[in-house]
Amino acid sequence: MATEAESAEGSRSLSETGEGVRRRDFLYVAPVAFAGVGAVAAVAPLLWQMAPPADVQAQATTEIDISKVQTGQRIKALWRKQPIFVAHLTPKEIADANAVPVSSLRDPESLGQRTQAGHTQWLIVIGVCTHLGCIPLGTAEGENRGPYGGWACPCHGSMYDTAARIRQGPAPKNLVVPPYKFTSPTAVTIG
Amino acid sequence: MSFSWAKPYEPKHPVMRWLDDRLPLPRLVYGAIGGGYPVPRNLNYWWNFGVLAGLFLTIQIVTGITLAMWYYATTDGAFNSVEHIMRDVNAGWLIRYVHMNGASFFFLVTYIHIFRGLYYGSYKAPRELVWMLGLVIYLLMMATAFMGYVLPWGQMSYWGAQVITNFFSAIPVIGDPLRVWILGGYAPDQAALTRFFSLHYLLPFVIAGVVILHIWALHIPGSNNPTGVDVKDERDTLPFHPFYTAKDGWFAAAFLLFFAIVVFFAPNWLGNPDNYIPANNLSTPAEIVPEWYLLPFYAILRSFTADFILPAKLWGVIAMFSSILLLFFLPWLDKSPVRSGNYRPVFKRFFWILVVDVLVLGWVGGSPVKPLTVAVGQIAATYYFLHFLVILPLISKFETPLPLPNSISESVLHGEKQESAPARSGKPGVTTVAG
Repeated sequence: MATEAESAEGSRSLSETGEGVRRRDFLYVAPVAFAGVGAVAAVAPLLWQMAPPADVQAQATTEIDISKVQTGQRIKALWRKQPIFVAHLTPKEIADANAVPVSSLRDPESLGQRTQAGHTQWLIVIGVCTHLGCIPLGTAEGENRGPYGGWACPCHGSMYDTAARIRQGPAPKNLVVPPYKFTSPTAVTIG
Repeated sequence: MSFSWAKPYEPKHPVMRWLDDRLPLPRLVYGAIGGGYPVPRNLNYWWNFGVLAGLFLTIQIVTGITLAMWYYATTDGAFNSVEHIMRDVNAGWLIRYVHMNGASFFFLVTYIHIFRGLYYGSYKAPRELVWMLGLVIYLLMMATAFMGYVLPWGQMSYWGAQVITNFFSAIPVIGDPLRVWILGGYAPDQAALTRFFSLHYLLPFVIAGVVILHIWALHIPGSNNPTGVDVKDERDTLPFHPFYTAKDGWFAAAFLLFFAIVVFFAPNWLGNPDNYIPANNLSTPAEIVPEWYLLPFYAILRSFTADFILPAKLWGVIAMFSSILLLFFLPWLDKSPVRSGNYRPVFKRFFWILVVDVLVLGWVGGSPVKPLTVAVGQIAATYYFLHFLVILPLISKFETPLPLPNSISESVLHGEKQESAPARSGKPGVTTVAG
């Protein structure tokens, strides 16, 4: 138990100057600061645990086999629980896309910017309309591809061209190109 | 908080004054655990365990809520969801082990806290309600812990649920319908699991509410102290802040170090390996044992082996519940006006016999059922009831206690030869406080 005598001793012991950091100030602040660091260290895992766990992170990449996709054909795949359109562009589709002046586009991008060198006939985009999130039609056989030969969103009429760029309708941006890598001529890894 | 010398809350900062006029929460805190709450100055470390219990309740609630973000309360998903937490969720293994061992540590500190109360007579007038609210908290803790243990849906989870819900079927006439109603089925199954999850999430907040009542009831007379002598004046007390905030903070840090050692280096030491086997309702484990903190009651339950008017099973259940319920009557069973065991030599010896008895009961509860362990358990269970129902009342009638100090301050001074020498012996700087 503290007594008056012991408290007085504390202030008479080493201090830097008369008004400098007293020993007792250091003794008050140091343990509380140390405990504060401990508290932060204890709270950190509780916040970190909310982030995607290892099994969800493992779904972050998906490998797609493109060996069966013919020229002019498009397939749907799944990446991070979202639809992916993989389109094997025909030379006419490539030419149509390149013929459009880039500066006239709502979201200016050339086909070259949306494909990878050496694989310019492969267009890979996330199949989610940039307006309000519906899945545009145009991938499966017989689906409406819209006036620009690309994709057509049935919800509010956004029309995309062969490079999946927005040409008409309320969508503000082109269909998003995810990060991908060709691991072989017949397989591409997304993410 | 009825001490006249308690410092009143006087906010200086204009913002604090503004707040105090509208919602006097800082005033409440100041008067409860701040500089405005006087506490006897001679409390020893056995008084730290109440705060530790509150700390572990907080730890359990926080880790429990985060675990609930990943846990599935389905019979086919629960076990796997726990393994998912252990393996895939970021820091999931840590949060799960803290929650699992936090329950054990919560009981450990609570038991020490209870035995402190038994030794120092903290249950006596005017703190009877503090004691009884504490017992309510203890019962809620046991219910919460039992339900929490069922959630991982391992072998021990399932069979522990079977055994404990079977207690209710011992009640005559309404027993089995009651058991079926509790389970929502004929055996622990999906209905039982989901409702146990719901109640397990709820009860800790009920516990928190009762803890507030418990502390409120305590703060009317103020804390007991190791001498059991009431606070007489200002010299007997110290403000809670900074003296006991510092002492509690220090000891909490040391105790959390001990907790960390168990969590990081021996996280499964207190547990039962059988609970890492998914529940199988067609295969009973060789030994069904509850967690360590329920073992003494398990021993009392299993001590009743012969039918005598009532079936043995019902005797066991009655004895098990009575062992806690009789504690509610303790303030009236032990009528000695002397509170502290320090001044009650006969009581003190029997107190330690009780401690050993409870430890023996715990050992019996964890042992396989054999003639020797059953016999030891029966003797220990008999002593437990004798202690509270016969021995304590007799002691309080016939014991001659040691003379009590006149005041808390006097008791402190008399502990050191130099300081307790009378002033007239000429020793400089020494004054007696008493008198």
